[in-house]
Amino acid sequence: MSTASTSAPSGSARAGFGPILEVQDLRVQFRTGSGLVNAVNGVSYTVSEGETLAILGESGSGKSVSAQAIMGILDVPPAEITSGRILFEGRDLLTVSAEEQRKVRGPGISMIFQDALSSLNPVYSVGFQIGEMFRAHRGMSRKDAKKRAVELMDRVRIPAAAQRVNDYPHQFSGGMRQRVMIAMAIALDPRILIADEPTTALDVTVQAQVMDLLKDLQRDTGMGLVLITHDLGVVNEVADNVAVMYAGRIVERGTVDDVFGDPAHPYTDGLMSSIPQLEAKGGRLLPIGGQPPNLANIPSGCPFHPRCPKRRIGADALPGRHCAEDVPPLRLVVPGREAACHYSEEVLGA
Amino acid sequence: MSDQQQADLRKDEVEAGTTTGLASPSVDVTSDRQNSLWSDAWKQLRRNVLFWIGAVLGLLFLLMALFPKVFSRGADPRDCSLSRSGQAPSSEHWFGFDQQGCDYMANVVHGARNSLIIGLLAVVVILLLGVVVGAISGFFGGWVDSLLSRVADIFYALPLILGALVVLRSGFLGRGVVAVAIALAAFGWMTAMRLVRSQVIAVKSSDYVAAARAMGASNGRILLRHILPNAIAPVLVYATITIGVLIAAEATLTFLGVGLQRPAISWGLQIDAGQRLLRVAPHLVFFPSLILTMTVMAFVMMGDALRDALDPRQRS
Repeated sequence: MSTASTSAPSGSARAGFGPILEVQDLRVQFRTGSGLVNAVNGVSYTVSEGETLAILGESGSGKSVSAQAIMGILDVPPAEITSGRILFEGRDLLTVSAEEQRKVRGPGISMIFQDALSSLNPVYSVGFQIGEMFRAHRGMSRKDAKKRAVELMDRVRIPAAAQRVNDYPHQFSGGMRQRVMIAMAIALDPRILIADEPTTALDVTVQAQVMDLLKDLQRDTGMGLVLITHDLGVVNEVADNVAVMYAGRIVERGTVDDVFGDPAHPYTDGLMSSIPQLEAKGGRLLPIGGQPPNLANIPSGCPFHPRCPKRRIGADALPGRHCAEDVPPLRLVVPGREAACHYSEEVLGA
Repeated sequence: MSDQQQADLRKDEVEAGTTTGLASPSVDVTSDRQNSLWSDAWKQLRRNVLFWIGAVLGLLFLLMALFPKVFSRGADPRDCSLSRSGQAPSSEHWFGFDQQGCDYMANVVHGARNSLIIGLLAVVVILLLGVVVGAISGFFGGWVDSLLSRVADIFYALPLILGALVVLRSGFLGRGVVAVAIALAAFGWMTAMRLVRSQVIAVKSSDYVAAARAMGASNGRILLRHILPNAIAPVLVYATITIGVLIAAEATLTFLGVGLQRPAISWGLQIDAGQRLLRVAPHLVFFPSLILTMTVMAFVMMGDALRDALDPRQRS
């Protein structure tokens, strides 16, 4: 496999390339009947060629909404992007015309979704839908598009592609459907592929196959991969860098090895303790206490402080670092590591 | 990635056991048959007995409407002789004679034209109104949707027959074939509109439209490829069934005395005239009713079959 790849070296040592995608201080609000919901509150990250950035977070942490904002598929209203820039190859997608933005989707940035069955149109054959990418963006004829569709189905390793090209989405298994989605998403060789929980709906063995496929495709094409997930195992296996989100903010960022090896934020630390570890066989799992924050009413100060075992409030707190009052900025804690916690140094190495 | 690289990739995959050799040389598309919603639906339709019964009957009535002379066995519907008034069916005159002594088969056969024209014309108007208003309503939402939906509700408040009756009795459309069709369509478009509207709303917020958008499909393409085909299928089914209902409604209006008028020939008029002689000459009600029922049934059957064919999930 690796002999055939053309591509950038693997691993996290690829920072030499400039970022393809740069998200700066993105903020998204939803107007709902019960008031404003702050789904994304100042998220910034970059994705370079060949890099896999995992965005890790629980439901409601804003990870999917930020991806939808990048793709321009938020329902506006109720959603509204209140600030921020989304730079793709240096151009701000939030200020270019809708038509320009559309042209970026597909050949520039593409996306795959959690539920492949509902993301495929039930009334068209999969070959037709994959071929649509070529017809819509390259004006290819129906016949040529279909030929390319079969090639792509081969490429995502759907067995007997030529026989299955005329089948409908419901005739495929879950894993094969996700492959069809992937085939559509990579059809135009996007520079960035956003995968929103691509394996959540699949069973474990199929998950591994789909992730392997994504990694192989990335190695071949050098695309940047943004992997949105709540699955720590998946992050550990495939991502180079990870950004941990909580209450619409990034609370910790760094390479996967660093972050998972020695968390700098109590939330990440809590996540690590709440999953089973082989080494800690027989030990107890430690869930994070309390409830995820209500995005319509985010706690003051550090949004994690009500659940934080390391919080310092009242007399304990250092000046300007009161967990219930001062919002901790995302700051460099050690080289290559950023965390939004007043007391990261105490969390590190704990 | 070049072809060579792709070939290498495949070879490596086969060697690594990650894929089967079977999948590799399949670039050659086995046939260039066109795969679209409609061609697959047709394939399904062809296998449906119900559809063929409906289609054959429908075609029969269509031919009857186009060439009534062929079906009336040479008899002229206006060639009447009172001496034969109300005669029962015989081997010579299969449907017998009506009160005026006209050949009844010739009359019933000639009634097909008006019934079909009214049914088809009204359904075309219903489709146009329903699809356009429903699509606008569903696609734009907001106050546009509220306004159009309320307008539809107002029309809903008047039952089809009552509404058409009022319009036809007011007389400003006249009492011809077109007038009846328009009167029926004016009070029959709302269901089609609601169908299209709800379908457009459902499809608009579906994951596959979001996915298509995320992959750079334009609004026009989303409307044409995703929203309309998914919205049109149920409304086409509804329309096919409605042709039958409209033909029956025309007969009802005519029977009530506000539809077509003599000397026009129509099944409604025949049933109306026949019911007064039901005890003496029951065949005068029986034959037009039978043909009317068969026509309605033909369209309902085709509509049913079409519904099954247009939903790929129902296919075997």
